[in-house]
Amino acid sequence: MDFLRPSTWEEALAAKAAHPEAVPIAGGTDVMVELNFDRRRPPALIDLTRVAALGEWGTDGDELRVGAGVPYRRIIEELGDALPGLAMASRTVGSPQIRNRGTVGGNLGSASPAGDAHPPLLAAGAEIELASVRGTRRVPAKEFFVGPKRSVLAPDELIAAFRVRPTAGAEQFAKIGTRNAMVIAVCSFALVLDGAARRVGTGIGSAAPTPLRATAAEEFLAAELDWESRAPVPVAVAAEFARLVAAAATPIDDVRGTAAYRRHALSVLARRTLTWAWGGMR
Amino acid sequence: MRVNCTINGEKRQADDVWPGESLLYVLRERLGLPGSKNACEQGECGSCTVYLDGTPVCSCLVAAGQAEGRDVVTVEGLEFGRVQEAFLSAGAVQCGFCTPGLVVAVHDLLARNDKPSDPDIREALAGNLCRCTGYEKILDAVRLAAR
Ligand SMILES: Cc1cc2nc3c(=O)[nH]c(=O)nc-3n(C[C@H](O)[C@H](O)[C@H](O)COP(=O)(O)OP(=O)(O)OC[C@H]3O[C@@H](n4cnc5c(N)ncnc54)[C@H](O)[C@@H]3O)c2cc1C
Ligand code: FES
Ligand code: FES
Repeated sequence: MDFLRPSTWEEALAAKAAHPEAVPIAGGTDVMVELNFDRRRPPALIDLTRVAALGEWGTDGDELRVGAGVPYRRIIEELGDALPGLAMASRTVGSPQIRNRGTVGGNLGSASPAGDAHPPLLAAGAEIELASVRGTRRVPAKEFFVGPKRSVLAPDELIAAFRVRPTAGAEQFAKIGTRNAMVIAVCSFALVLDGAARRVGTGIGSAAPTPLRATAAEEFLAAELDWESRAPVPVAVAAEFARLVAAAATPIDDVRGTAAYRRHALSVLARRTLTWAWGGMR
Repeated sequence: MRVNCTINGEKRQADDVWPGESLLYVLRERLGLPGSKNACEQGECGSCTVYLDGTPVCSCLVAAGQAEGRDVVTVEGLEFGRVQEAFLSAGAVQCGFCTPGLVVAVHDLLARNDKPSDPDIREALAGNLCRCTGYEKILDAVRLAAR
C-alpha cells in the first residue's frame, strides 16, 4: 500500500488522477475503521489533511463556501450562527473525539443514507463542489447521492467544498437514536424555513436508500404558511406536512428500527421541528 | 515507510510502518508507549485518546502517516496533576483500562472549561466507555478535579 501526501490542492487532484483507485483519507473516522477490520485494502491512501485549502471556509458573493476538510468541531464553533441546522446536526455526530476529526467532506464521501450532515445540506439547498484535473463542477446535494453509499463522485474526482446560501429564517435538525450521544441515526430530519424567499427545505436521513428531500411536503408547507402575519401553524397543516414527510420516505426494517417505526418517527420529527422553527421566527 | 513526529515533547521515529497502520499501533507496538489502550479500533471506546496537535482524537482512527511532523501527547506525556489525583481519590479507577483515555479527555475538558456543568461533563465524556465503574465515580472525579 502506498501513502500519498499531497500538500496542495493541485497535487491532490493530480494524485487522484494518477491513482483513481487510491482512497482519500481526511479525518479517517470511516476509512480507518475499514482498514482496522480488514474490510478494505486499497492500493494507496491519499492523505488530505495537509491540503490547507480544504480546511478553509469563506464567503463568495452571497454564498458560504466551506472546504470539505473542515471538521465538525469547527463547523459548530465557527459556523454555528451562519449554518445553525448543520451545526445542530454536527453536534450529534459521534463523540468529541470523532467531531474533532470527522469532516463533512468525509461524510459526503461515504454517502451513507444515515450521514448526519446530509439532511441539513439537502434542506438548505446546498451544492457540492467536485473537482478533478479536468475541472470543477457543482452538483446540488439532491443529485449527489445515487444509492446506499454511492454518489456521483467520479474515480478521478475529489470533493472540494460545499456551498450554501445562509437562510434568513430558521433551521432545525432532529435525530432519533438509542441514546443521546455516539449513535448512528435511526432516522433524522432537517428543516429550513426561509422567510425572505418563502421557501421550505427538508432533508430526511436514514429512511431511504439515500438521504432525500420531501419535495411535496416542502411545496405544501410553503403555500400554507402565513409568511406575512406569521400566524401559528394550524394543527391540520402541521399534520399534513408530517404525513407528506413520512410518505416521502422508503425506509427498511433493520437492526436499528422497523420501517413502520421510522415512518412514524419521521412524522413526529417533522411536526416538532416545524413547531420549533416557526416558533423561532415569530 | 518511516514516520517522524514529536511525541510527549521528544522527536521520535518509527520505521517499517505499514501505510494502513494506525497511530495507536505505532505508539504501542513500535514506540513502547502502552498508555493508550487498544480496545475497539473503531472509535467507540475512547481508550486510545491522545492529543494530536492539541486536539483529542482516537489514535486508532489516525493513519500513522497522518501523524508525520505532527505533535502527539499521550497519557504518559501529561504531567501528574489534579485530574489523575481526582480519579484516584474519587475511586474512579477500577480495572483502569479506560482511565488513560478518560484522563486525556478530562484534561482537555478542564483546559477549555474549568467550571463544567454535569451536562458539559457528560457531553465531553460521551466518547469514553468504562465497563467497570458505572460512571458515577468518574463524574465525581471530574467534579472534584474541576474544583
Ligand atoms: C465512533 C464513530 C461514531 C460516528 N458517529 C457518526 C454519527 O453520529 N453521524 C455520522 O454521520 N457519522 C458518524 N460516524 C462516521 C464518520 O465519522 C463520518 O462519516 C465522518 O463525516 C467521516 O469524515 P472523515 O473526515 O473522518 O472521513 P474519512 O474516513 O477520512 O473518509 C470517508 C470517506 O470519504 C472519502 N473522502 C474523504 N474526504 C474526501 C474528499 N475531500 N473528496 C473525496 N472523497 C473524500 C474517503 O475516501 C472515504 O471513502 C461515526 C464514526 C465513528 C468511528
Ligand atoms: S481503541 Fe480507539 S476508540 Fe476504541
Ligand atoms: S475502570 Fe475498568 S473499564 Fe473503566
